[in-house]
Amino acid sequence: MSDKNIKSINTINSIISIDPRVTREELSIVPDVDPIKDLHHWQTYEVFHQTKKGDRHLHVGSLHAPNPEMAVILAKEQFARRYKCVNLWVVSTGDVISTGYDNEDIFDTTPEKVYREAGGYKVMERINKFKKERKQST
Amino acid sequence: MKDLNEIQTTAVKDLLYRIADDQLILGHRNSEWTGLGPILEEDIAFSSMAQDKLGQSQALYQLLNQMGEKDPDTLAFTRSVDEYKCCHLVEYPIGEYDFSLMRHFLFDMSEAIRFNMLASSSFEPLAKISRKFKGEIKYHTMHAITWINQLGKGAGDSPVRIQKALDECFPLALGIFEPSDYEDILIENKIFFGEKELHEKWYDTVVPVLKNANLKIPEIKDPEISYGGRKGKHTEYLKPLIDEMTEVYRIDKDAEW
Repeated sequence: MSDKNIKSINTINSIISIDPRVTREELSIVPDVDPIKDLHHWQTYEVFHQTKKGDRHLHVGSLHAPNPEMAVILAKEQFARRYKCVNLWVVSTGDVISTGYDNEDIFDTTPEKVYREAGGYKVMERINKFKKERKQST
Repeated sequence: MKDLNEIQTTAVKDLLYRIADDQLILGHRNSEWTGLGPILEEDIAFSSMAQDKLGQSQALYQLLNQMGEKDPDTLAFTRSVDEYKCCHLVEYPIGEYDFSLMRHFLFDMSEAIRFNMLASSSFEPLAKISRKFKGEIKYHTMHAITWINQLGKGAGDSPVRIQKALDECFPLALGIFEPSDYEDILIENKIFFGEKELHEKWYDTVVPVLKNANLKIPEIKDPEISYGGRKGKHTEYLKPLIDEMTEVYRIDKDAEW
């Protein structure tokens, strides 16, 4: 590299970007950013979305916010800007009680308990019989 | 009102340009935060509201088009600086985030009241559009009020910074209410209640919010301090913004998007 090239690099003291917003900021090439400390992090909130009045609220994700008021305001554009929504809930993640993955074994036999499912009942036969009887009586 | 006569048409067009140009320019300004916002969640929310503004301006340019003006893109991208009728408040660079938030609060509160008034306008196409915008603008004001409270009552340097932002933005915000040459025509024909009434309602709405957030209302001696925008006299900041906004459009004006 010639001396001339070195000089031209040293004279540039702010970032030139194809994004004019970045160039305008005249950002130093040497970053002067403070690292984020633990307490600078906002807490998280879980967001629940309801598509129709009366429907259940479904968990759609989480976000950072300093308090519940800000959480609900920020949740609107985060999770309800594209699809139909009539109501949002936000719940502090810390307020959620969980069984925890340490106890994952309590669910071990769940997939085997098919006898607890309603599929075993022969309801349709009884309904059809009832409909048939009703039809005959009228 | 069924049909507008010539002077009424001129008055309505002037009103539509004022509102649409404010939204276009502030929408563009606020979109400059996209990717640079203070936190991800706020970046998304602020960008989304900036898009709302552009969408609303497009609907108003569309209405102007139906009234005989050029098509929305041509209106947005090809006029000379002195043909824009936006107020000075929306032209200022984004500054620090406190400035952008305070501008968002002061402007959107005026916009909410303006569209609420226009929802009962005798000029039905405008009334219809105004009713359609109601929900979007309501969220914008909820967002703005929550932030003003948060920062005004916050710890550290936020109350000082948001007060400074208010001191800078408040005189500029008075330019929103610069009367046009057609105020009497708009009021007489029940098209719009007029800038004076809007200004009073706005003041009565924003002052309690600001006071509740422990902020001090700046005293402005000259209420006309930021006038000029509605007559095409702009700050030095508008031309560079329009040049940047129209840069891609000017490469190929007939391009299909």
